[in-house]
Amino acid sequence: MVKEAAGKSFEVIDHTADVGIIAYGAEIKQVFVNAALALFSLITELEDVGEELKYDVEVASEDRESLLVEWLNELVYLFDAEHVLLKRFDIQGLSNTRLKAACYGEKFAPARHRIKTGVKAATYHMLRIEKDNKGYKAQVIFDI
Amino acid sequence: MAPWQGQLTKIDDYHWEIPQSYKAGMRVPGLIYASQEMLESIKQEQVLEQVANVAFLPGIINFSMAMPDIHWGYGFPIGSVAAMDIKDGVISPGGVGYDINCGVRLLRTNLTEAEVRPKINQLINELFRNIPSGLGSKGKIRVTQKEMRELMVEGAGWAVRHGFGSMDDLDCTEEGGRLYGANPDKISDKAITRGMPQAGTLGSGNHFVEVQVVKEIFEPEIAKVMGIEETGQILVLIHTGSRGFGHQVCTDQLRIMEEAVSRYGINLPDRQLACAPIESPEGKDYFAAMACAANYAWNNRQCIVHWTRESFSKVFDKSPEELGMRQVYDVAHNIAKMEEHTVDGKKIKVCVHRKGATRAFPAGHKDIPERYKEIGQPVLIPGDMGRCSFVAVGTQRAMEESFGSTCHGAGRMLSRGAARRSLKGRDVARDLAERGILVKAGDIPSLAEEASQAYKDVTQVIEAVHQAGISRKVVMAVPLGVIKG
Repeated sequence: MVKEAAGKSFEVIDHTADVGIIAYGAEIKQVFVNAALALFSLITELEDVGEELKYDVEVASEDRESLLVEWLNELVYLFDAEHVLLKRFDIQGLSNTRLKAACYGEKFAPARHRIKTGVKAATYHMLRIEKDNKGYKAQVIFDI
Repeated sequence: MAPWQGQLTKIDDYHWEIPQSYKAGMRVPGLIYASQEMLESIKQEQVLEQVANVAFLPGIINFSMAMPDIHWGYGFPIGSVAAMDIKDGVISPGGVGYDINCGVRLLRTNLTEAEVRPKINQLINELFRNIPSGLGSKGKIRVTQKEMRELMVEGAGWAVRHGFGSMDDLDCTEEGGRLYGANPDKISDKAITRGMPQAGTLGSGNHFVEVQVVKEIFEPEIAKVMGIEETGQILVLIHTGSRGFGHQVCTDQLRIMEEAVSRYGINLPDRQLACAPIESPEGKDYFAAMACAANYAWNNRQCIVHWTRESFSKVFDKSPEELGMRQVYDVAHNIAKMEEHTVDGKKIKVCVHRKGATRAFPAGHKDIPERYKEIGQPVLIPGDMGRCSFVAVGTQRAMEESFGSTCHGAGRMLSRGAARRSLKGRDVARDLAERGILVKAGDIPSLAEEASQAYKDVTQVIEAVHQAGISRKVVMAVPLGVIKG
């Protein structure tokens, strides 16, 4: 049930009605980046996406887990409202309650991009961020 | 995942109980509507644990209920019903879901299979062209900020006021296509930004417009009242919801509720069950925002009905009136409603959460249209695109037992990934075409995710609710052509 991604930056886990991801990272910053990559890899084939547009994102929440949900939901919003596909994430500031990032991508172009899945939202269901001797891992379930 | 090992008590062949003692914190028992056979499949995932978790919510009355089409969801399972006392109960966005007022609408026609089959290609192409669908699709209607605010309050009536459909359609829509209590001031700019361009679009995923043929009529007298008279008659079923607007409303409100939970001292086994007292500011705001999204969805289905009629009219060169394209009914299957129910012999006001469940009010109920007073509220149960769909009616037993609720569809069995893998290399559209079902979709590879193999057999689902007595099956119809986003 697990699809391995290159270098194991993230995995996709199947659920009956939804889809989950596990994002890995030596540092917590990397986990947030990989979770964002996982999200857009569910939506489209990332190799087809350019990086000419830049979006600045700032989110805040009450703890690290909900900050991750907030971050991913901000990206879902950008995709649905701006029709932008994002593939590179430069996190400029991260605490347990705030995140600031520059996100790079391009507008969805039907001739060049395939939309595989529409993602409605990142949920709090089975939301987890854990640390072990190999680093951090975060689990998020998306409603698709 | 290991099968669920919890406790289940058999009440009869179609009613099963998770005792309140199963888990400390449950305020009521769980009640599952299913046959023994379906139950074995339900136990394969942790969905019954979720039924037990919903029983933790303050103010829940009688049971945390699960319909036979239940499957794993986030927080609340999909296919669940939970009624809360408005005096001391909570309201939970997770009990409605992200696609607020996702629902189905059924049209009847005077056409027959013999007339439609030769033109099905043309008809499906015309529907596909005329109804905006697919991810990121923009609507044919352009709404301004001001109109968007009106639409959130007026629901389907907004579309009717702008020439899409008739008052008769509103009469045959749950709540008249307008949930009262909507307040656009509770809607974020983000939701408005997502919602404006998507007004009047079908969307993607499991949403569809399906041309169907009546295959079997179980209750001819009841069917006749709905305008369904004979086998071979053509029906049209529309399935869509509140699009990105509803998703954003749910996201925004869940975030607020997340913070409210600890403030109200509510103890939850899952963060996604976040909730607030119905009468609290957060609870009231959620209802006001959810009602906006519910109305947006009704407006959406109203626009799509209009374009459906237009498409038929063009292909068959007759007016929608000549084609007899009257609306049978429109039901919501992701919604929370304030309703009056009898509990322990007393009439009280409750908030009924239906997530992947349908209202099923009996004959004589004050909230159903005059023309259906004798037969009960029509209930529309879509199956997957390769099998069949059902029309049923609500019953008195549903009123007494399940807060006037029944199932909503087939229910997913395989995840989207598992469905794709199991069908690797198979051309789903061609398989269906060989069986006389024409499918046109925005994204062909995604079709596998929605294939029959991914869903429970809706026939078993309807049989379970019929035998359990919470609805009565009336008509079965099979697909002839489908458009998907």
